[in-house]
Amino acid sequence: MRIPPRITQGLAVSAMWVLASLTLGVLAFIIAYILWHGLPHVTWTFLTESPKAMGREGGVLPMILGTAWVTGLAVLIAAPIGVATAIYLTEYTREGRLTAVIRFGADCLAGIPSIIFGLFGFVFFVITLGMGLSIISGALTLTLMVLPTIIRTSEEAIRAVPQSFRDVSFGLGSTRWQMVTQVVLRSALPGIGTGIVLSIGRSISETAAVMLTAGSALGFPHTAFDSSRTLALHFYVLSREGLSMSNAYATASVLIIAILLVNLAAYWLMRRFVAKVA
Amino acid sequence: MMKWLMIFAALLVALLVVSFGLGGRKEGALEIIGSTSVEPFAEMLAQEYEKTHPGRYVNVQGGGSTAGIQAAINGIADIGTCSRALKPEETGFTTFLLARDGLAVVVHPSNPVSNLTHQQIQRIFAGDVANWREVGGDDRAIHVITREEGSGTREAFMKLVMGKARVSRKALTQESNGAVKELVRNDPGGIGYMSLGLAHGLKLVAVDGVAPSAEAALSGQYRLVRPFLFITRGAPSERAKAFIDFVLWPPAQKLLEQEGLVRAK
Amino acid sequence: MRREKIISLLLMFAALSAISGLALITAFIFKEGLPIMMQVGLGQFILSSNWYPTEGEFGIFPMIVGSLAVTAGAMVIGVVFGLACAVLLTQFSPPRLVSIVKPSIELLAGIPSVVYGFMGVVILVPFIRDTLGPAMVSLHLASDPGPGLSVLAASIVLGIMVLPTITSISVDALQAAPRSYREGSLALGATEWQTTHRVLLRAARSGIVAAIILGMGRAVGETMAVIMVAGNTLDVPHSIFDPVRTLTSNIALEMGYAAGDHRKALFATGIVLFVIIMVLNTIALAVSRRRAGKAVAR
Repeated sequence: MRIPPRITQGLAVSAMWVLASLTLGVLAFIIAYILWHGLPHVTWTFLTESPKAMGREGGVLPMILGTAWVTGLAVLIAAPIGVATAIYLTEYTREGRLTAVIRFGADCLAGIPSIIFGLFGFVFFVITLGMGLSIISGALTLTLMVLPTIIRTSEEAIRAVPQSFRDVSFGLGSTRWQMVTQVVLRSALPGIGTGIVLSIGRSISETAAVMLTAGSALGFPHTAFDSSRTLALHFYVLSREGLSMSNAYATASVLIIAILLVNLAAYWLMRRFVAKVA
Repeated sequence: MMKWLMIFAALLVALLVVSFGLGGRKEGALEIIGSTSVEPFAEMLAQEYEKTHPGRYVNVQGGGSTAGIQAAINGIADIGTCSRALKPEETGFTTFLLARDGLAVVVHPSNPVSNLTHQQIQRIFAGDVANWREVGGDDRAIHVITREEGSGTREAFMKLVMGKARVSRKALTQESNGAVKELVRNDPGGIGYMSLGLAHGLKLVAVDGVAPSAEAALSGQYRLVRPFLFITRGAPSERAKAFIDFVLWPPAQKLLEQEGLVRAK
Repeated sequence: MRREKIISLLLMFAALSAISGLALITAFIFKEGLPIMMQVGLGQFILSSNWYPTEGEFGIFPMIVGSLAVTAGAMVIGVVFGLACAVLLTQFSPPRLVSIVKPSIELLAGIPSVVYGFMGVVILVPFIRDTLGPAMVSLHLASDPGPGLSVLAASIVLGIMVLPTITSISVDALQAAPRSYREGSLALGATEWQTTHRVLLRAARSGIVAAIILGMGRAVGETMAVIMVAGNTLDVPHSIFDPVRTLTSNIALEMGYAAGDHRKALFATGIVLFVIIMVLNTIALAVSRRRAGKAVAR
């Protein structure tokens, strides 16, 4: 007996709905679980105090600062260089084997496990260059980690700008740089911004690469040469060693909220991009 | 467009100036890196030190004893810490004995086994005993938990307990005392080894009839004891020496004793 | 005109620094790792199960099996759930629902790996150890419930982590299929589901395969979550309830203290990972080029 197609469809769609609901359910559960246990402990004191007794008490101010510095420095260095590279590759050179190789290289490096960047950063920045476990070591390592992603997303955003825009600009007598800044970048900016914002998100969450480059000092970082612990690493240590579950949940809550904000920014930027170029 | 770039550049410059301008690592904190067994105690002493010496900062980090030794060699740490004696090939260091610590064999609080012989522990960790009932416990698989190879605690365990035997390949590897503690605390079938001073909340197994305690370690009855060392490459720097003197003082030593360590002298 | 020249040079400088920086990493990894691989012997390095670095023995076979096992498990979950979401989103959902569901799935990708690992430790591992494992043993489907830290735990956690990648790239692939395919199929009287699985999935096949391969790359590269739930043993796993160590976990656990040959061996492990990613990326590139070629040929 052949099953009528309508019934097969009904079954298939129901099955898919179950799977999709499970997926969203897991997401909702994770976020709810962490925030439920953690938000009550995210007090003003928690956000502005330093940790005591290895993190059992006190707050996470040095971690917030450390995360901000490491991520901030990394993106401030990687973004201009990455975007400039993308501009150079698309607007100032001709499409050829070299650019294809560079693109493949960037794609590969975008996929390399972060721990390998950490290993490199540890041996090169921390030891060989003598920077020690420090924010700057961590930031430079993260720079190398997010650079391929920024180059690729910027490149795709720039290439998505219609050629007609460029032709019109040249037709009106602009120089190449004027065309790039006034026309191409203006249209590609939301797409480029999305790539940068997503890199920020990735940097904030990164643990493996910062563990052995920025170190895990609990103290207040005074300079970029000080070692500092990021929020993600602090959460890892607190939960793994059972030092303080309430503080662990609270740290995770701060992390998740930061990521949520970053994702919202990326989404908002992306919508503007689609609206502009479509 | 140019305005944004200007702001961007200004931010970058400002951040870098603030970072570099405040001086390099020379004015920074004293870096202490190494054993995860020593870490909580060093951290405690560091907080005391910072309280009594305002303006001085001490950063304590883990990573394991061998990592601490490496950090001292590489210059990333001012002081490396380890929870085992130095090996013969590890030369060129000045060592300071901070305290001594018992090495405890720990199991889940619900585990009925209270005493194991030296040989039994050896065989369990080598993987030759698979079920708790073979040593007088429940019918439950034994889950052996060990540390990473660079751990001083592991080194001490190998030297004091395992001897020539290797730890089973099936052993679950954790990277710090805290991680071992958490795992044993949650797994009814688990058995591991860790710093006696940190083993609160777990069941401590008596070895050859001797229950582990700071007193038993001090008297020599409990034989699984290892040194907590502060090491520096060559002679310690002035800042390092100041902290080392601080921790070897009687008041600091007393604090360590209260926390369950065995004093150095 | 001179300003243009200067700008052009500055951009080239930036591009060169970026490229040389990235080339530096690649060169460094190979320079550090290749000698030890040659010294130990490539076959020995990859096929030996003896990882005793302090005694000079460097065999990463258990870790290779570990990475493969955990990745395979992750792909089962990632593909089943991820594709289901992708198909639902593109074929069976009203646009309003899509605008809520799609960003939510992308949000899954943003949660830090240590949080996933934590949830695995708190919920999944005890469940496997105390409930699922014993149940499987009593059903004679497994011989040993294991400590909960297992291939299964790591697979589930990783599967959830790579799901968003698979979903979003598959969505792109499905949406890139020409509309005429869908409309033509429906016009011939097929249901949406028949259209989907007989026509569209086939048309988007290359893109979906690319999605799966990229997902695989991400699963292979994950470190923190795996350290937390996989158990990190040095033995080759025999069942999904056995603990396991992956290539990435091995590097993370040991790089803090490794020196000399041991450290070089970790770089050599990095080379293995590098090669795996390069192979996966090449396949993905080739597969998606076929898709582009096909679409153009139409």
